[in-house]
Amino acid sequence: EAFGTSYHHTSLHHTAEMFSCVFLSIVQMEDVIARMQDEKNGIPIRTVKSFLSKIPSVFSGNSPTSVLYTLRFQAVEALHLGTLMAAHGYFFPISDHVLTLKDDGTFYRFQTPYFWPSNCWEPENTDYAVYLCKRTMQNKARLELADYEAESLARLQRAFARKWEFIFMQAEAQAKVDKKRDKIERKILDSQERAFWDVHRPVPGCVNTTEVDIKKSSRMKNPHKTRKSVYGLQNDIRSHSPTHTPAPEAKQPTEEELREQIKFGQAQLDRHRLKMSKVAESLLSYTEQYSDYDPFLCTPDPSNPWISDDTTFWEMEASKEPGQTRVRRWGFGINEVLKDPIGREQFLKFLESEFSSENLRFWLAVQELKKRPIREVPTRVQEIWEEFLAPGAPSAINVDSKSYGKTTQNVKDPGRYAFEDAQEHIYKLMKSDSYSRFIRSSAYQELLQAKKKGKSLISKRLPAVVLSC
Amino acid sequence: MGEMEQLRKEAESLKDEITAARKAVQDLTLQDHVAGTAVVGRVQLKTRKTLRGHLSKIYAVHWGDSKLCVSASQDGKLIVWDSYTTNKVHAIPLKSSWVMTCSYAPSGNMVACGGLDNMCSIYNLKGKDGNVKVMRELAAHTGYLSCCRFLNDNEIITSSGDCTCVLWDIETGSQKTVFAGHLGDCMSLGVAPDFNTFISGACDFTAKLWDIRDGQCRQTFGGHESDINAIGFFPNGNAVITGSDDASCKLYDLRSDQELITYQDSGIMCGVTSLAPSLSGRLILAGYDDFNCNIWDSLKAERVGVLSGHDNRVSCIGVTPDGMACCTGSWDSFLKIWN
Repeated sequence: EAFGTSYHHTSLHHTAEMFSCVFLSIVQMEDVIARMQDEKNGIPIRTVKSFLSKIPSVFSGNSPTSVLYTLRFQAVEALHLGTLMAAHGYFFPISDHVLTLKDDGTFYRFQTPYFWPSNCWEPENTDYAVYLCKRTMQNKARLELADYEAESLARLQRAFARKWEFIFMQAEAQAKVDKKRDKIERKILDSQERAFWDVHRPVPGCVNTTEVDIKKSSRMKNPHKTRKSVYGLQNDIRSHSPTHTPAPEAKQPTEEELREQIKFGQAQLDRHRLKMSKVAESLLSYTEQYSDYDPFLCTPDPSNPWISDDTTFWEMEASKEPGQTRVRRWGFGINEVLKDPIGREQFLKFLESEFSSENLRFWLAVQELKKRPIREVPTRVQEIWEEFLAPGAPSAINVDSKSYGKTTQNVKDPGRYAFEDAQEHIYKLMKSDSYSRFIRSSAYQELLQAKKKGKSLISKRLPAVVLSC
Repeated sequence: MGEMEQLRKEAESLKDEITAARKAVQDLTLQDHVAGTAVVGRVQLKTRKTLRGHLSKIYAVHWGDSKLCVSASQDGKLIVWDSYTTNKVHAIPLKSSWVMTCSYAPSGNMVACGGLDNMCSIYNLKGKDGNVKVMRELAAHTGYLSCCRFLNDNEIITSSGDCTCVLWDIETGSQKTVFAGHLGDCMSLGVAPDFNTFISGACDFTAKLWDIRDGQCRQTFGGHESDINAIGFFPNGNAVITGSDDASCKLYDLRSDQELITYQDSGIMCGVTSLAPSLSGRLILAGYDDFNCNIWDSLKAERVGVLSGHDNRVSCIGVTPDGMACCTGSWDSFLKIWN
């Protein structure tokens, strides 16, 4: 029975584990295909009368989408999924090499499970040569080679010149067997075989769905398995079933690895975990706070340069005078001030006016140090130490004794992260002290109130966005 | 009881205790908390530009600033684009055409790439004579280079098919830190907004958070049922988004040390190849094997938009630092700019 009503309904993971080259997507698709082939609720298959002959075992193009719809897929998804399944060769148009699904009355046929992608076929050119050669022997109008197939055959004849006799013999043997088959059965099997090759040797210009990302293909396990021939040696095409090798077992960890795992596990267990409710609240408030600044949710002010062809937005960002929206963002947190060059400038200016800029200057110096080439690091570390931390330093900063002790040690063997502990302490100080003073300062408030020349001060919400009240 | 047996039992019981500790802070799920929040309305982005010039599959794209980006293709070229004008600023021929990743330095002075040659090649864009030349070839990985990201002009982090990530000093070409621990090929990495940590996604189905300064793995997140192909930080730096061959994306929170939500749909059966959050993090744009890119409401876990326009797999995606535009790269050899 060509495409069988029985199929193995294994679980997703079991199958994927067994057939290591099979992606979960293939397994999921075949699960849906199986349901589409269900006798009771699946696609109705019938034989259609046409002129003097019958077209066996077909369904019309609008059937897949309607069945997918009853399987609870949304309408748009159904067509997309149907097209994807056609591209992978699970069903095919009977009169076209191009594997696509049209939601109309054209006829399609299911592919036999033998040729399904889950069997991990990577057919060799010798198989393709046997197939094309066989087609030329069968002398039927419907089996005539398309131009690109004729070109492929010519190329293969040159490439396999020395073993052409063998290929010819295989083709002849298959053609002989085919002749003995029932006419209707032949029609079905020929079309399925052709559809298989349409997947693995697609029409030029069509997407080859068997192409694998090179990152994955270099990882494919069991390479020997994928070299099997579609036709086998001397075996009948329909009776030969492919074998599968299970994926290799995971290695048992060594004693050292176990000790590492335990050490890591202990550290994990000891870590403080924040309650989910707090985390959820923080995510929600972050996204709400930044929604005004997200061009995919709110129209930027004055406009999105990509849409309006007006680059004013970028010019304003680059100018020395910060706009009100930009200044408002500095109020979200110290990180916003520190990552905006104009913000840093204004923050520094404010602190200098209060004669308390040493913390920020230290923080900026350490950030800059971390980007320096390694050969400049020792000198720079010394300079920073002298300026901010050494006894009698001109811009002395106040660091806790623990960090001070560690830093003193680090400076003796200076690396990029010599001041990490001190910098973290200073950051916390700035966050709680200098930053809050800056945001409350008249200097900042003035920038915030400054009216932009004739532009709206309120960013426009796109009508589609609905956030919580 | 043998010592190995004892160790194994200890490791297992620790795993159970950690699972319990994670469960203990689940006073509310993200879904519960945002139940009162409405879904973001339908997001319809249009293609504003199509960047044509590559002759083969595009494997990677990375934004340098709001207009410049670099792309890598199997045609053996790295192209730096002014996406706004669609002009090619540089077209850099590569020694190896099997390139898998590219990166733009934050300074705009350099780009990097790598692939099956197991190396990360650094190119200086601001050379004296105007020509773009190889500045350094970072070689030490024993597997393909899947991803690379600059920290600054002197440091770059790479992830590899040899299951490790490495922090390099570009000037000396030496490995400063090796981050080992993954049990499968590392496929992707993302640097935290504060540049102190980075995350990696691998074929062992886990994501790991690493401390750049001391080389330690701080946290490991599981739950995916297949390779993690894409990874990125949520803009607040406190959460991580992953995309996998299991057709789902997940959001993990660093502070509660666990998965918050999964983005999946019965109609999506293809693997996720790439992802990028919008500026606020409310939207997550993810590229899939089925030629589409889906837009998710990150809090409600519902699909709110689709970018369809590519004729083959979407292999890479990126959002500009100012959030104004998103770029998709595809096996159909085109890059598209959307907003």
